[in-house]
Amino acid sequence: MTVPGATQTNLEATVPILRLGDTLVTGLLSELDDKQATALAEELTTRIAEDRARGVLLDISRLEIIDSFVARALMELSTMAQLLGARVIVAGMRPPVAITLVELGIELTGVETALNAEEGMAALGWHRSRDGRGFGE
Amino acid sequence: MTPAGGRPGGAPSSPAAAGTTKPGSPPDEPHTYQVRTEDDLLTVRHAVRAASQDLGFPLVDQTRVVTAASELARNALVHGGGGTVAVEPLHRPGGVGLRLVVSDKGPGIADLEGALTDGFTTGSGLGHGLGGAQRLMHTFDVCSSPGAGTTITAVRWRTR
Repeated sequence: MTVPGATQTNLEATVPILRLGDTLVTGLLSELDDKQATALAEELTTRIAEDRARGVLLDISRLEIIDSFVARALMELSTMAQLLGARVIVAGMRPPVAITLVELGIELTGVETALNAEEGMAALGWHRSRDGRGFGE
Repeated sequence: MTPAGGRPGGAPSSPAAAGTTKPGSPPDEPHTYQVRTEDDLLTVRHAVRAASQDLGFPLVDQTRVVTAASELARNALVHGGGGTVAVEPLHRPGGVGLRLVVSDKGPGIADLEGALTDGFTTGSGLGHGLGGAQRLMHTFDVCSSPGAGTTITAVRWRTR
């Protein structure tokens, strides 16, 4: 995804955080361990403040499992961002992950979700123009 | 969120990350994995994923078993100070399944009934780990006594 003016910051696990207007866009790799979760929370909250972001899209379509640790990390991340005035949308959860989470008894309370990244961006106020040229307000 | 017993800057190639069973052993032999660091949890998840794929588990069942293994291995790491996870494919006349045996030599579970209840936590999780893992598996046996560690044996059968 090449966007003019987008900034990129490397985490330990090299997860880029892109800025699109007042929205930050990032994603998780197939594994999320304690160190990465902590690093992402710090990086994202710093960027929300620095970039004055109002929204965060977190794509989790590559996550193959969400256990209670990752669920907790997602809930904490959402809460931290909300405290800074940004709305977080977690997008692209795989169907088997959703089924397993419910059986685990985890509802991801307070975490806003979207079917995929495009739906998530739409919820954050970005709409695809009719001629298909891309996102814009 | 720092893992108990985690090694600062521990090399991913630590001997603990590798299975203690040599490759090339018969398919039904249990493979045992050490759980001493956060990295070992990834190793366990990959091993359980591969084993459930080999057994022909549907994708949702693979996800269930890997998630249960992740919860149990993390429990052993956080509450038991580390332990082992044995991953054993089962081929029985009644069906095909995968058995996980997760052991630690930690303090044991004083309140087993409580520990299997949602919302119960003595650590940094959500309190869904043990009860949740139980729901993701078909059989689930906990053997624990205070001071003597904990062994959890759980099986999920392949369903068609």
